[in-house]
Amino acid sequence: MGRETERRVRVGFFDFASCEGCQLQVLNLENELAEILQHVEIVNFREAMSERMDNYVVAFVEGSITRPSDIPRIKEIREKAEILVALGACAVDGCVNANRNVLDVNDVRKTVYGDKADYFDVFDRVVPVSEVVGVDYEVEGCPIDRDEFLTVLESLLAGKKPHKASYPVCLECQIRENVCMYDLGEVCLGPIIRGGCKARCPSNGFVCNGCRGVIKDSNLDRMREIMHEYGLKWSDISKKLELFNSWSLKEVEVGLLQRG
Amino acid sequence: MRGLRKIDFEVHYLTRVEGHANIVLSASDRTIKELRLEITEAPRFFEAFMRGTNYKDVAYVVSRVCGICSIGHSNASVKATEAAFGVEVSEQTKLLRKLMMHGENMQSHALHVYFLAFPDFLGAPSVFPLMDSNPEVVKIALKVKRLANDLSDMFAGRTTHPIRNVPGGVTMVPSKDEMYDMKRRLYDAMPDIETTARLLSKVKIPEFERKTEFIALRKEDEYAIYDGRITSSTGKSVDDSDYKALIKEFVVPHSTAKHARASMDSYMVGALARCNLSFGNLSPFARRIADICKFTVPNFNPFMNTVAQLVEIAHSLEDSINIIDCLLDQGVEEPIRVEFDVKAGRGVGVVEVPRGILFHEYEYDAEGRLVYVNLVIPTAQNLENIELDMKELVPKIMDRSEEEIQHLLEMLVRAYDPCISCSAHMVDVKIV
Repeated sequence: MGRETERRVRVGFFDFASCEGCQLQVLNLENELAEILQHVEIVNFREAMSERMDNYVVAFVEGSITRPSDIPRIKEIREKAEILVALGACAVDGCVNANRNVLDVNDVRKTVYGDKADYFDVFDRVVPVSEVVGVDYEVEGCPIDRDEFLTVLESLLAGKKPHKASYPVCLECQIRENVCMYDLGEVCLGPIIRGGCKARCPSNGFVCNGCRGVIKDSNLDRMREIMHEYGLKWSDISKKLELFNSWSLKEVEVGLLQRG
Repeated sequence: MRGLRKIDFEVHYLTRVEGHANIVLSASDRTIKELRLEITEAPRFFEAFMRGTNYKDVAYVVSRVCGICSIGHSNASVKATEAAFGVEVSEQTKLLRKLMMHGENMQSHALHVYFLAFPDFLGAPSVFPLMDSNPEVVKIALKVKRLANDLSDMFAGRTTHPIRNVPGGVTMVPSKDEMYDMKRRLYDAMPDIETTARLLSKVKIPEFERKTEFIALRKEDEYAIYDGRITSSTGKSVDDSDYKALIKEFVVPHSTAKHARASMDSYMVGALARCNLSFGNLSPFARRIADICKFTVPNFNPFMNTVAQLVEIAHSLEDSINIIDCLLDQGVEEPIRVEFDVKAGRGVGVVEVPRGILFHEYEYDAEGRLVYVNLVIPTAQNLENIELDMKELVPKIMDRSEEEIQHLLEMLVRAYDPCISCSAHMVDVKIV
């Protein structure tokens, strides 16, 4: 047992502002959990265990950075971990937490806190983990895809940098021969959102709302063509991007409109 | 006689719960100076940023409040939206949504019973060491949890953050073959639940009682999870839209989640509340599991919530089989979602989620954009009850070691299976 423990890689799971749904996906790997534990030793996972050690090599971090007390905590995790993985959309790009970034901060505080708006010490802007500390790898999605998490874990254990899909959701959707959401009169972000999810939402009869983040560059050209073809305005697209991509909204707007 | 005894501790970062909380206790002899459950979860401002969201995306986005009860949020949401627009969904849609909820209920309860509570009963710090010491429990745990997740995946499109549930109905339904296979697996898991019940009947569950009020949805002829009348154990009941006539929220300084009160000093929601109010409507298999666990109602021991959850797993299992049978008999009828017109309006959606009764209240403008959101979360409703339980429990266990007191308080909080990231987004003000 002792020897086995030694060769296992020590990992920790940590969370900031999030729904904890991405850590839940790890606990939802029921069929794989036993095998995973042959290779990794979980030394820190507050949601699931009371014992806790700080000798982790890989840190999986879920959640966005939203308040001053987050800063020393994430820096400490960064310092202790050899590899830091941003786990899920909240950590990678702010996900829905960043939606308040595009609203008037005073208005947000007043809506939620009334006349005691000063009580909560939160930043005006929600940011992803990578704006505060270096991130070695990102697992996208809201929530993360369980299979993709396994692939990433395998790569890390093999000492390799995991691959990221370079193609959009749209491609995976076409391979599955789904009816195009645009032909059903919907606005879908599949053409500009990073694939790797097997087009999970369109394959279940719902549009892609963009939880895996925008792949910029050439895909924006395709988006422009679609907008032209279906007579859509930037505001039609931006309303959708505001749901999961508020953090990178400006950048996408510039990329999409300037070239057009 | 013992001398004066001082106890001071803070359990920072309470573990094996969903979200961030601390327990603070300061007592001298038998007098409690300070005792509170601090909720330190980062607020996420859903009420503010949800405004302006198109009705088509509301359920999809608001499910992100909670990773573990996202299907419950999705159902409260589509029901509130449908109420605002005056949409009547088909009976078939209600059955499909119940199956999603049964899947989530089983999944969430299994996570709590096996992964979070069993380690306490078996004296382990987490489920992971149990893989070596109690492999048979872990095997059942993984099997039941996988089954529950597959059930939600099958009907909701995804177990966390569902896809197929939309205002007016659902976007897709599984094939007959998938449903037959699921039915077979559900039957197959029944002996596992019995084995679990026999194990649970042997563990020592702390003895503690405090008379409190229970609130849950209730129906005459069915164990209510999707709809019903909002009912209190004091005898009062109201319709969905009148929920504010029954429950009042209030704010405490040490919690980023609101507390709530109804007719008494506090009330409890969740599996124990539902069992207390609707025990007679549980399925025969669920009542057999209750028998094995010697679980009877009325039951005022919050530690028994874990047992009530196992009873509900059994109910969800059997009721899912019945609903699938019904769908297979009738065949799936088109349309699977109804068309409707968007109009300005206000609507309340109430459902029972794993941790208790959940309220979503929305107001839409004429274009179908959200202008007002209010969410009342089960865990927030339980917070006052947890604190009053702790205050009654501590003087009774004051003779024990500090470690034991601390562990028992942690177990008490865990028994409620709190979902803190879910409750803390709705925080309001600090009372100074």
